[in-house]
Amino acid sequence: MSEKAVSVQNVNYRYPFQNKQCLEGINLDIIVGERFGLFGPNGAGKTTLLSLMTGLFKLQTGSISLMEHPVGNRKEINALFGYVPQEFSFYEELTATENLDFFGTLSGLRGQQLTSRITELMEILGLISSRKKRVQQFSGGMKRRVNLAIGVIHNPKILFLDEPTVGVDIQTRHQIIEFLKNLNNEGTTLVYTSHLLREAEELCNKVALIDEGKIIEHQTIEELLVSHNEVGLEGLFLKLTGKTYRDN
Amino acid sequence: MVKLWASIRKDLLILTRDKLGLTLMFGMPIVLVLVITSIQNSTFELVNENRFTFLIVNHDNGELSDKLRESIKAMGSFRIIETYDETESGGILSLMDKNDAILALVIPETFTADLEKKSLKVTERVMFDFGVSDVPPSHVSDTVNSLKLYYTPVLQESFRHSFQSAVLSALQLVENRHTLETIYQKISNKDLPEELENQLLHNKTNIEEIPASKDGANVVLNATQHNVPAWTIFAMFFIVISLGSGIVREKVSGSFIRLKTMPTSILVSILSKQITYLFVSIAQVIVIFSIGMYLFPVVGLPKLELPNDLVGLLIVSLICGLCALSYALCVGVFSKTQEQANGFGAVSIFILAAIGGLLVPSFAMPESFRIFMILSPLYWCLESFHDLFLEGGKLANMMPNLFPLIIITLFLQVLAFFGLKKKNLI
Repeated sequence: MSEKAVSVQNVNYRYPFQNKQCLEGINLDIIVGERFGLFGPNGAGKTTLLSLMTGLFKLQTGSISLMEHPVGNRKEINALFGYVPQEFSFYEELTATENLDFFGTLSGLRGQQLTSRITELMEILGLISSRKKRVQQFSGGMKRRVNLAIGVIHNPKILFLDEPTVGVDIQTRHQIIEFLKNLNNEGTTLVYTSHLLREAEELCNKVALIDEGKIIEHQTIEELLVSHNEVGLEGLFLKLTGKTYRDN
Repeated sequence: MVKLWASIRKDLLILTRDKLGLTLMFGMPIVLVLVITSIQNSTFELVNENRFTFLIVNHDNGELSDKLRESIKAMGSFRIIETYDETESGGILSLMDKNDAILALVIPETFTADLEKKSLKVTERVMFDFGVSDVPPSHVSDTVNSLKLYYTPVLQESFRHSFQSAVLSALQLVENRHTLETIYQKISNKDLPEELENQLLHNKTNIEEIPASKDGANVVLNATQHNVPAWTIFAMFFIVISLGSGIVREKVSGSFIRLKTMPTSILVSILSKQITYLFVSIAQVIVIFSIGMYLFPVVGLPKLELPNDLVGLLIVSLICGLCALSYALCVGVFSKTQEQANGFGAVSIFILAAIGGLLVPSFAMPESFRIFMILSPLYWCLESFHDLFLEGGKLANMMPNLFPLIIITLFLQVLAFFGLKKKNLI
């Protein structure tokens, strides 16, 4: 039986002071080595589920574990995964090197190991020539790469990515996708959310579709397209979730 | 420890690159302390160096108005300009304006005659009462026509009262002297001997001013001793702009969320901010006090004299700094935007400074404000610094002021902690 990177069992979630259930009866297994995509319309519950998986939100019911460790045990699970939020979650007043140095140290890296990892990531992500510039002088694409580099500095076993390519040009998007594929080839499980379904087709090998707090599909992309007789994720997405606004 | 140091290093780097924040934390208080001390010091010099012009419009031709003028002049606080006719140049206001006078005293033409009548009546009464004369006092009126004291409306009430007291004192002297001369003349048919006059009128009982300091030291009380500690406290609390908005920035950017997903406690980040800004507070104390000690004498202001209890000074500075950063932490945690943190932070510090006695002395505060005054951490900081700088207090003397400050600090820390918890940041 394949090892589970993420296991979600019977998870329900309701935001305080809201009547509507945000997540309802979620059961989901993500296998080690998968490139997993979580998709759904705005307000479907993707970010909430991601926040529960990363321990940012407290579980109300059910259980979630990462590599067999319950997410409640922050000390153990935080070393296992990396998180790349949609926002530029770093310090724009610092240089890229200073940011990576800070977050790398907090992740437990030290000395030569940290320096080498920073140089390696800078080179791979094309930031080496700008390493001494403050991040506030960077373009949107460069900031995205810094955001990504911080998430992977400690070589996590699982990487959670929330819209990692939003607002970047096609070259940067291509580079980021390639980087993520390489990372996956080296053993990192990817858990990815995005609205860019063509990108998802390129990156993911398994997807789950979430709508109104429930998982309505969970298969490989090929299986999904064949079972619904569709040629692309975009058409399938509209077919399953409808064409009306969903976040009113 | 390595993680804490990395976090402190990061906070220091961000701080040193925040030019506006540094200007607000160091530049603005330095300018404030220089400007306010200079103004207060020049007010002191204004009174003591004859820089107030006092116009005397004398309609009296007698000798007593001259003596009144001389008495006022002898006080040494005024530059006297005398004129005899207020009508020739368009009235008293235009005369004051022309002479750049802030005060004008109009002496009526009957002044000498009125005072002589008053003195005579007092003399007759004294002589009759003591049995020296059988003639009862006459029924002549002893009312002296009023003198008129004009003052420029921009003159502050405290100054006006001081000047009025000075004029009354001079008038009293002239009246007493003349009455004494009249009595002496009536009894002995001789003029009052100069020696006796000096003994009676000029040999005043001296008042020795002694500051009630706790260590018995003769602390020099001046604008510097009052202002430097007060504006240092203000500077310490003004870190709310840098620290408060920094916390909001990290919340909004998601850095706090990212830190929460790291294999470290976010409390490391909160602690590092506190250590960094405590260091900033102490740096503010050193910089502003150094300016008081070394720059003030160069620009003609009194030098800041440090208290004898330097350990006490360090402890008070640390506790004040801790309270200031706890307040900033709270503002940062509960503000949703940087604009909110900056706006509320700056305005609230001005209000807390005002009710805490930094702008108006606490003893002059209305009774109804006293309840708010004791809620202001700046009040307790100021009282602690005053204990050291003005009263020569030791650490033990400061405990009644430090204790409430520690309680407020703990309350703010707990409040910030629950704020972070409620917002799911820790």
